[in-house]
Amino acid sequence: MAVEKSLTNEALAVRPQPAKAAKVMARGVDVHYGAKHALKEVTVDIPEKGVMAFIGPSGCGKSTFLRCINRMNDTIPTCRVTGKITIDDNDIYDPDLDVVQLRARVGMVFQKPNPFPKSIFENVAYGPRIHGLARSKTDLEEIVTSSLRRAGLFEEVKDRLGDSGTSLSGGQQQRLCIARAIAVEPDIILMDEPCSALDPIATARIEELMGELMESYTIVIVTHSMQQAARVSQRTAFFHLGNLVEEGPTELIFNNPRDQRTQDYITGRFG
Amino acid sequence: MTDIASSSSIPLGRRPNKSTDAAQARVRRRYRSEARFRAYGLIALAITTVFLVVLIAEVVRKGAPAFLQHSLLLDVSVPADLVPPDKRGDAAAIRGADYFPVTRDALMAAIPGIESRSAEKTLTRLLSPGAADRLANMIAADPSLIGQTVRVPLLLSANADLYYKGVGTPITSRPGRGIATPSGTTGEITILTSSNDFADDLVALKRRLGERSAALVVEADRLQRFGSAGLADKVRELREEAAALRDRFDHPKVEEALDGSLPSLLIAINGGLVKVTRLSDSAVSGDVLLPLSSQADAPSGAWNLVTYATPEGNRKAADQEVAFLERLRDLGAVDRHFNFRFFTAGDSREPELAGIRGALMGSALTLFVTLALCLPIGVMAAVYLEEFASKNRLTDLIEVNINNLAAVPSIVFGLLGLAMFLNFFGLPRSAPLVGGLVLALLVLPTIIIASRAALKAVPPSIKEAALGVGASHQQAVFHHILPLAMPGIMTGTIIGMAHALGETAPLLMIGMVAFIVDVPKSFTEAATVLPVQIYLWSDLPEPAFQYKTAAAILVLLVFLFAMNGAAIWLRKKFERRW
Repeated sequence: MAVEKSLTNEALAVRPQPAKAAKVMARGVDVHYGAKHALKEVTVDIPEKGVMAFIGPSGCGKSTFLRCINRMNDTIPTCRVTGKITIDDNDIYDPDLDVVQLRARVGMVFQKPNPFPKSIFENVAYGPRIHGLARSKTDLEEIVTSSLRRAGLFEEVKDRLGDSGTSLSGGQQQRLCIARAIAVEPDIILMDEPCSALDPIATARIEELMGELMESYTIVIVTHSMQQAARVSQRTAFFHLGNLVEEGPTELIFNNPRDQRTQDYITGRFG
Repeated sequence: MTDIASSSSIPLGRRPNKSTDAAQARVRRRYRSEARFRAYGLIALAITTVFLVVLIAEVVRKGAPAFLQHSLLLDVSVPADLVPPDKRGDAAAIRGADYFPVTRDALMAAIPGIESRSAEKTLTRLLSPGAADRLANMIAADPSLIGQTVRVPLLLSANADLYYKGVGTPITSRPGRGIATPSGTTGEITILTSSNDFADDLVALKRRLGERSAALVVEADRLQRFGSAGLADKVRELREEAAALRDRFDHPKVEEALDGSLPSLLIAINGGLVKVTRLSDSAVSGDVLLPLSSQADAPSGAWNLVTYATPEGNRKAADQEVAFLERLRDLGAVDRHFNFRFFTAGDSREPELAGIRGALMGSALTLFVTLALCLPIGVMAAVYLEEFASKNRLTDLIEVNINNLAAVPSIVFGLLGLAMFLNFFGLPRSAPLVGGLVLALLVLPTIIIASRAALKAVPPSIKEAALGVGASHQQAVFHHILPLAMPGIMTGTIIGMAHALGETAPLLMIGMVAFIVDVPKSFTEAATVLPVQIYLWSDLPEPAFQYKTAAAILVLLVFLFAMNGAAIWLRKKFERRW
């Protein structure tokens, strides 16, 4: 069994890239925050649909890389990104690319639930409205309802869509943020430690939700919880000190890592 | 792990031992220091509170009388020839008519028997020059009143008004014992009494003379000690005066004259009032202030000796005026009412006619210009600096200079306004427009700083959330960050406006300090503002204006408190947690 597994591992490692082009391709991505070299030569492919998890100790650059995918790092004045990232073979750092369009395609869910201090309805409706996705009020209501339903929140809030988004519990707020992200029909959803501020029950609910959403979206999740990565993801990338150490199918990373650092991290020897 | 290991390796002796005397002393010292600190805070708070309470109590005490006004409620007969019959439809002609004879006659009718011109003049001076304004308005509204007798309040002059507000003199009265015989009913008369009714007054008077003589001697001695030659004459004069007083003091039974430096003595007899000018034990001579009804003898107890305790020289209302005012009060003609005029009239040289409407309108117009300029410019500048400006030397320089501007003395902005808006752009002097522009310069830095702080206080997670769903930077700012910062911006703006409302110095420079009677109606008319009005009034010598000053301060304070209250209310109402 063990032999077979290691063989599989070898086979996977040498196997060429799948014929179907990856959804997101990063080639030699370097990120500097001022003088700090935060991310070094990261090259990784993120396949379409399914969940990919980024793990690694704090400050290893996994969140930085995540924020490169929707160019959220642009908002940090000192941040400088080099290298190439493509989504569906389009270079997202192309000067002609409209970053707003990019972010509409690449939704994001943040570590701390951050609903707008507006009504639940407005929270979800904001994205479709600014992108002109709804032609009428009924359209918009339809989008809000379906987004909330897909985020598994609709039943809990259907009677109080006018209440403030901040009045919900932490787990509900995070699902509201997910509903807000999927309301603009993105291809990719980036989740930056989405469960770190939540209790285990809310976490389980979100993980379950990710399982449902991966059917239709490419999900990239940064997490500190290795159990979570193991539970929800098909592929896992391990970052350490700004380097992408190892990337591969989740099972292989956890059961049979190739790199000593990965081995040490997942067995809890540091971090 | 390593932390635990290292902490357990501290030798036992170095661990804090809570049972030793030194440790307990340390704890006691800490408690004492905390108690001391609390006490300092409480003392500071108490001192502040005392200052504030004293200040406000003093302003209220001085300002409250100005909100009341006294009028004489008299029957005025409006003569048929006041306005020619063909002009009775013309309100301006009615208002322009000469009401002085009308009001004078009404007053003379209330106190009959005044013959001397000077007494008549004193009587008519009790009324304000604007006494008949109310009457004129009534007639203008209803011209059929011409030829009829109307009961109407006539505004009293400031001095008469002040007298009724208690700035008069304590009045005491005691019945005469003997039978008093007046020698006439008007003019200068003598009154003889069958008893020595005036002996006590004469003794008191003589004693005063003795005291004054002694005081003059002391003064002369003091001057003499300086020994200067120039003072020799003065010393001699003082000594002569002292000797003369001494002489009068030494002859107790000799008749004495009263003067304005002594309390006034009056005799109320036969329905009239006589001011005593010369006094002996059983006879007085004096001037009739209010005519006597007859020359008949007044039996014991039917006449009174009246004393106005404050010497005539030390009060605003002369004996004659006091006599008139007391008589009018006895007649029930004095009407006390809320001083609406204070809020409806512009400035005036006559305190009883002066109001703050002009200053209030001026302040309102000025603040409107300030707000209309400051809010958009200030908020947009703050949004640009906080959200869009690239961080470089230029923006740093701008930022530092905005902070510097907030600290520039306001008079400098006034000079700038004078040089720029008046001299260069040729805008009208004293106009709310220019005042508003100058105050806008003054308040702009405050608003920019407050707005930037409010924008900065919006958590970045909100911006990230907006950007995350594909909002552009501008959409994120205008849809999310700015609305959330608005309560803070409003608070800063209101506090800046309150600052502008209370600002005086820069407005002096651009000529908003003029005496302006008309209530301004546009942004380019000459106007003044509340604090400048206060400054102007505080400078005037009339005591009535001192009350007006305090009253205007109260009005200003009410507005300032209301604005600050609104700021607090906004902050509380829109305060949110993320």
